[in-house]
Amino acid sequence: MNLRVYFIEFSYLLASILFIFGLKGLSHPETAKRGMHLAEFGMLMAIIGTLLHLEIVTYTWIIIGLALGSLLGLALGFWVPMTAMPQRTALSHAFGAFAAALVGVAEFLRHDGHLDKITMSALGFEVMLGALTTTGSLLAFAKLQGMVRGQPMTYRGQNIFNMALLATTVGIFIYLIVFPGSMPLFFAMAGLAFVFGIMLVMPIGSADMPVVMSLLNSYAGLASAATGFVLGNNVLIIAGTLDGFSGFILSILMCRAMNRSITNVLFGAFGSAATSAQAGEQQGTMREVSMDDIAVQLAYAKQVVFVPGYGMATAQAQHAVRELADTLDKRGVSVKYGIHPVAGRMPGHMNVLLAEANVPYSSLYELEQINPEFPITDVAVVIGANDVVNPDARDNPGSPIAGMPILEVDRAKSVVVLKRGQGKGFSGLENPLFFKDVTGMLYGDAKETLTRLVQAVQQA
Amino acid sequence: MTHENLITALYIFALAAFVGYQVISRVPPLLHTPLMSATNAISGISLVGSIVIAGSGHGTVATVLGFIAVFCATTNVVGGFVITDRMLRMFKRKPGKKDSEK
Repeated sequence: MNLRVYFIEFSYLLASILFIFGLKGLSHPETAKRGMHLAEFGMLMAIIGTLLHLEIVTYTWIIIGLALGSLLGLALGFWVPMTAMPQRTALSHAFGAFAAALVGVAEFLRHDGHLDKITMSALGFEVMLGALTTTGSLLAFAKLQGMVRGQPMTYRGQNIFNMALLATTVGIFIYLIVFPGSMPLFFAMAGLAFVFGIMLVMPIGSADMPVVMSLLNSYAGLASAATGFVLGNNVLIIAGTLDGFSGFILSILMCRAMNRSITNVLFGAFGSAATSAQAGEQQGTMREVSMDDIAVQLAYAKQVVFVPGYGMATAQAQHAVRELADTLDKRGVSVKYGIHPVAGRMPGHMNVLLAEANVPYSSLYELEQINPEFPITDVAVVIGANDVVNPDARDNPGSPIAGMPILEVDRAKSVVVLKRGQGKGFSGLENPLFFKDVTGMLYGDAKETLTRLVQAVQQA
Repeated sequence: MTHENLITALYIFALAAFVGYQVISRVPPLLHTPLMSATNAISGISLVGSIVIAGSGHGTVATVLGFIAVFCATTNVVGGFVITDRMLRMFKRKPGKKDSEK
């Protein structure tokens, strides 16, 4: 071992330590920025160390790749609006996973397919996970971007077909471990994994995206970790595992927040016509209220709680929400925000949007913190949220979302629901909240409605 | 990869998983989106493998694959870190209210 090799290994060790410190920083908003700078420095060290690698004979393509990638990365980083964060993250997962898959393919080609059993096992995992995450993330991106319908796409025998596809892919994988060397079979495995990624995300509806995003996050990390096993590179194993586990923990948290299992999310095709039929007929009518009534209620309230959902993101209404909150705050009304873990399309989606609109994070409350507050809340304002405030989850054991923890806005003295139209939400479920006596409906574009409410409150 | 190497690698994997679980379960839901984009950027570490393949001259195919991989992984790393920074800068405490919690 010469000095150079020591330096490379040292840079990897430093990077691994800095990554862990970086993630540790994320345990509090105050320390998060510094933590990320540590992680960025770690990444830089790992890259510098790698550039000194003895095997490298030419830098041309490395530098062009680094330059082009940085340009696109900067463009995506600086210009993507916060409302498009789920799409951007999905796209980024695809990029990372594709890189891992390509490294695997290149390694396989380099050894002409003749790898020992251990390396081949790791390489198979790397290529399969990388490939299915690439296409799965691209489809998730297309769904979130609205290029493909957000509803689950199902057909008869879907689960059986998917299982057969997965079994075939894994079968080829095992064959390749035992009898190494077949190029066509290797590419068949990679190709099937690409197809499986699409099949896996197809039946998943937009409302379940937080779970899928977390899972894809996890797979992308595990693909990187497998790359580490193939190349015998520890920093890849550590960084990939951190990512893999982070995604895994998030998926579990998201599933718990919907009281569903991961298998149910992946294979349940939730939100399709079949499930909405069980919802049952709803009695009563929705009561539409006037802007001025609401304005007076808000202006003379002691406490108001805003409950945002994906509708706030689509209407880009976060700034209007904050304006209304500021206006109320000036009148001495206590304003809080109740955030459901699965509100939006990815974990923490609502928090980021409200932070973008300069809402201080100390006003954002989690489910367990805000629920006891609703009985002493004068007005709860639901902005484009539906399932996360559906009292059926609590009251009706027959409901498809029974047992899902909800924000209990119906316990507030009065509820205002801002909604685009009278239609059902993404899950296709009827929401009894809208028919309750305490509930008033305000139809229309959330941003416009909120802006008009601000004026109305100022005049009240 | 030899058996000894595999054992060492599995140790590292297990310990990283343990540390990851400890560290990440302390991240509040408030920061789950930055967490996801940060870990996503960190998993772009496959860049390290891509760079070696793109530069080691094992024939045209390997170089092309390596080049594309470097490009994708760099996009992932740079984009992920830039956006995480951008998000974290937005998280602000209430103005005038100092360290009341923590």
